[in-house]
Amino acid sequence: MLIKKSQDILSSEITDQAIYRERRKFMTSSIGLTAAATLLPLQASVAGYGGQSLKFGENTQFNTTEEKTSFDKISNYNNFYEFGTDKYSPAKNAQALTTDPWSVQIDGEVEKSKILHLEDILKQHALEERIYRMRCVERWSMVIPWIGFPLAKLIKQAKPTSKAKYVQFETLQRPGEMAGQRRGVLPWPYIEGLRMDEAMNPLTLLAVGLYGEVLPKQNGAPLRLVVPWKYGFKSIKSIVKITFTEHEPVSSWTKVAPDEYGFYSNVNPAVDHPRWSQRKERRIGDFLKRKTLPFNGYAEQVASLYTGMDLKKYF
Amino acid sequence: MTKVIKPIVFILALLPVVLLSRNFYLDELGANPFEVFTRSTGEWTLRFLLLTLAMTPLRQLTGSAWPLRLRRMLGLFTFFYVCVHLLTYIWLDHFFDWDEIWTDIVKRPYITIGMLAFTLLLPLAFTSTKKMMKRLGKRWKSLHKLIYLIAVLGVLHFLLLVKADLREPIIYAFILFTLFLVRFKPALLHKFSFKPL
Repeated sequence: MLIKKSQDILSSEITDQAIYRERRKFMTSSIGLTAAATLLPLQASVAGYGGQSLKFGENTQFNTTEEKTSFDKISNYNNFYEFGTDKYSPAKNAQALTTDPWSVQIDGEVEKSKILHLEDILKQHALEERIYRMRCVERWSMVIPWIGFPLAKLIKQAKPTSKAKYVQFETLQRPGEMAGQRRGVLPWPYIEGLRMDEAMNPLTLLAVGLYGEVLPKQNGAPLRLVVPWKYGFKSIKSIVKITFTEHEPVSSWTKVAPDEYGFYSNVNPAVDHPRWSQRKERRIGDFLKRKTLPFNGYAEQVASLYTGMDLKKYF
Repeated sequence: MTKVIKPIVFILALLPVVLLSRNFYLDELGANPFEVFTRSTGEWTLRFLLLTLAMTPLRQLTGSAWPLRLRRMLGLFTFFYVCVHLLTYIWLDHFFDWDEIWTDIVKRPYITIGMLAFTLLLPLAFTSTKKMMKRLGKRWKSLHKLIYLIAVLGVLHFLLLVKADLREPIIYAFILFTLFLVRFKPALLHKFSFKPL
């Protein structure tokens, strides 16, 4: 009865292995960071849905108060062609993806090209929750509590030159792990782009989590874009490269069907998709459809970006 | 033989709609049950259409008469599934908003083609009874040749609505093409029949 060793140390006092790993990586990979950065936004423990939980602050400025779509639906109904063209394959096939280690190449019209490791990116930017509407071009929508940080912060750090008018994003290409890439359904790697002012808008988010935990792989782990006033396919997933360009990037979907998917692809009930009207949408979980709002309800924040532009022409 | 096969096929043919409705009711069709329901009833329409078309070649291959006796029933199941499919579109997709539906028909080629296929199927369903067969005589046969056009329109409707992954509609197109080959080039069929050369 004297053998009490197992209780000598409370389990709550033991550093979680995941934090320990993060610390090791931090020490080896980010020499030169200030001490302030050691107050990491990223902490690890097992919670809720079984994912790694994230530490984040509140930013209610842009949040919708609409009912959130359940985690189950958000993580089991995905368009992620890299893992199959139907909505249910990504949840299965994406589990094969290795998301650690992960790095993002920053190049193009910048002062200096560089490769950023994900853990460093996370250490440099405080995470916040943003509850956004997400409107798919296929006429369904969700309300998703993302965890992330404004893309603008990363862009400022990247120091783009005066020639940088656009930002181009690229998804990982790794057919060995991304079953959908073994077929030429889309030109791989997946490419998306934003105009600089769109990218700098405070609504534009780089997301690393949802519902308080790291992103499920099928939702674009470990790092994805969220542009809530544009159709979902603009919010590119599993980003490995960010290139600043002088000329408008050509998105993957635009390459496949230029008459159906334009560069801007702002949510717009007044501009039809050639094969269907965009006037209404079905919120996942609803029976009745609802009216689609201009800029997906974010007109107040972003409509001014497009003043004087013919949105029927620049769809 | 037919007496046994027919009721079995009848029950099997009802299974898709029964299972779909059950899963719809129990909320087991995933996050977007409406999409699944519409898509599935459309695909079952095409499957029954191809099955119907396969009966005549099947008779030639097997040499027995039962495939022909199933043909009408399978044809009517095609009509049944397309009705469910269309009702899903009118109700769950558009909630009887006739203006929207009309706009769709006029502006979207895949809807135009789908509606055309459905319209052409109507006279075939209404003249499917023995009585009508007798009354129309020779004209019945020429009228029912419309099914070939309807099949082409049906596959085209599917082909035009998918976003980028054409694999599935192409499978249907390939099967239809094969059926056309054996139908219009029956000499080919002899190569595959069981008779010695």
